Amino acid sequence: MNIIICIKQVPDTTNVKINPETNTLIREGISSIINPFDLYAIEEGLRLKEKFGGKVTVISLGPPQAINALKEAIGMGTDEAIQLSDRAFAGSDSWATAYALSLAIKKMGEFDIILCGKQAIDGDTGQVGPGVASQLGITQLTYVFKIVKIEPEAGTITVERLLEEGREIVEARLPALLTVVKDINQPRSTSLFHIRRASKLIVPTWTAADLPGADLSNLGLKGSPTQVIKIFSPPKHEGILELIKADSAEESAAILADKIIAEKVL
Amino acid sequence: MPLLDIDKDKCVGCGACIDACPFGALSLVDDMVVVNDKCTGCGACLLACPMHALSLPEKPPLKAAQHLATYSGVWVWVEQFHGQMGGISVEMLGQGRKLAGQRNVALTACVLGHHVEHITKEAISFGADRVFWVDDESLASYTTVPYASTLINLVHEYKPEIFLLGASARGRDLAGSVASLLHTGLTADCTGLDIDPENGLLLQTRPAFGGNIMATIICPNHRPQMATVRYRVFEKPKSDYQRQGQVIPVKAAMSADQITAHVVDSILEKDEVNLADARVIVAGGHGVRGPAGFEPIRKLAQVLGGAVGSSRSAVDAGWISYAHQVGQTGRTVRPDLYIACGISGQIQHLAGMKTSKVIVAINTNPDAPIFNVANYGIVGDLFQIVPALTKQFKKRLHK
Repeated sequence: MNIIICIKQVPDTTNVKINPETNTLIREGISSIINPFDLYAIEEGLRLKEKFGGKVTVISLGPPQAINALKEAIGMGTDEAIQLSDRAFAGSDSWATAYALSLAIKKMGEFDIILCGKQAIDGDTGQVGPGVASQLGITQLTYVFKIVKIEPEAGTITVERLLEEGREIVEARLPALLTVVKDINQPRSTSLFHIRRASKLIVPTWTAADLPGADLSNLGLKGSPTQVIKIFSPPKHEGILELIKADSAEESAAILADKIIAEKVL
Repeated sequence: MPLLDIDKDKCVGCGACIDACPFGALSLVDDMVVVNDKCTGCGACLLACPMHALSLPEKPPLKAAQHLATYSGVWVWVEQFHGQMGGISVEMLGQGRKLAGQRNVALTACVLGHHVEHITKEAISFGADRVFWVDDESLASYTTVPYASTLINLVHEYKPEIFLLGASARGRDLAGSVASLLHTGLTADCTGLDIDPENGLLLQTRPAFGGNIMATIICPNHRPQMATVRYRVFEKPKSDYQRQGQVIPVKAAMSADQITAHVVDSILEKDEVNLADARVIVAGGHGVRGPAGFEPIRKLAQVLGGAVGSSRSAVDAGWISYAHQVGQTGRTVRPDLYIACGISGQIQHLAGMKTSKVIVAINTNPDAPIFNVANYGIVGDLFQIVPALTKQFKKRLHK
């Protein structure tokens, strides 16, 4: 089974703090990590390989330093990696990113399953996965919470998707692109053996020129249908706390209940 | 290679841009700003620079291209599940009505499903002037391709200028596919939509980076301008069944036998789990100390008619299922009332709930960051306060 995993390198916000005076992020010394949702995609890909055999390839579009994310994925046990990096890709929105990724995946040849995290924690759009699936013309299964079964002979997959009202079981034809949510598995750590392999592995870097049939006007900032015209800090939510202090829990609760009712939100 | 150009003659090394960069891509070297590969070309630094020393490559002109003038009208995809219209679609129709008014055009609802004629009437009652009604067995359950291909056919034929969908799981699934195949721009998870009075473009505002920055995004040269909008951002309009509208029956793009994905079963959760649409959420965190600790939280949620939320730590500890998780790796919510019990308020949790209308924090630690975003707080033991609060609400709400 050929498995492709799309990953993104994102700023590590898990240790980020907010400057209380300016309500902005303290960004000094932010390191970069693999998008947390993508770790679940990597783990799921490795489990599929363990079950069905085959090959797991990770691919990432990003600046040259995104190589570290790919090496880390190799360190977890994925077989191969491809980096898409070129100034021509810079500034891509979700459409242009999906376009470049889908061309690269076509070049990679036959595959059965593509796995992505449900969204990246920096952009939060969740649109690149569906974009890639649509541009490749394959089945898309988003917000997957569990792979129920795969029947490679029949070319079918059954998954559980996590929706607002509950879960939905969907049976679909392969090849398919899955975006996965957090609870699907517990991602493994990197292992010394695979880290050693990663340090020796040469990861090919593909530029726009390496993508067959790429329309250069569809790449990067100029190929992006959307444009950011303004960036600003969200309205500050501060100095509003009213601390309720009373002699007993009962009394505090009574005061709080009155305040909440006066807010007319119930 | 970073996109950002730094005019070394203008830069005075003040560092204002360094604070503005969400990606930590700028630093000072020898009193001069330098940019590294973390730069994504987002433009956050441009406005911060007092010397106008920073620039990005020229973007295409903002003036809409001529062929785009043939696109007109605001569309809303009306989501339904088992014949019930989604609350988020009511919100979309309300805001769609406003935008249609600003553009002086009609509002169109797209109702897809099987046995959904009643929803066409509902859509009109909430503000639609026209409804495309696609009723087919192949659309009985939502799957991506049959829905997307039907909508794409309609867009090709009728050319809407703006197309809105709710940012539900299905809405984001569908919008991503439709925008991709139409080769148009899509802004996901908007929390603000407006019309630029100068050029008529849709101004789409959304949070990024866990809600720590906001971006306004446009789609100047592609149509339709597509956006998904988060739950509970816009008011639900009141229904008016006197309103008149046109219902146009349309054929589905695919037949049932062409479909490659089938919903074989759905497992519905109790109301206490549907966080996205909840008006009230009572959430527990590390401080609940175990699965049993969620009991008082559930009781309070029940009395308030709300859903039960959780911080990541309680989910990771296995005390409650992931479907309840609020925050960066869980759900983003904006209820009218959010009661955080025993939740310290890590930045990832705050990212998922800090735009709630009224926030209440109950925590033993007076320095817990949750108090920084709360409207009301009690420093104390949740196991005493929450049951007391439940009792008080029972009294006041006559339950």
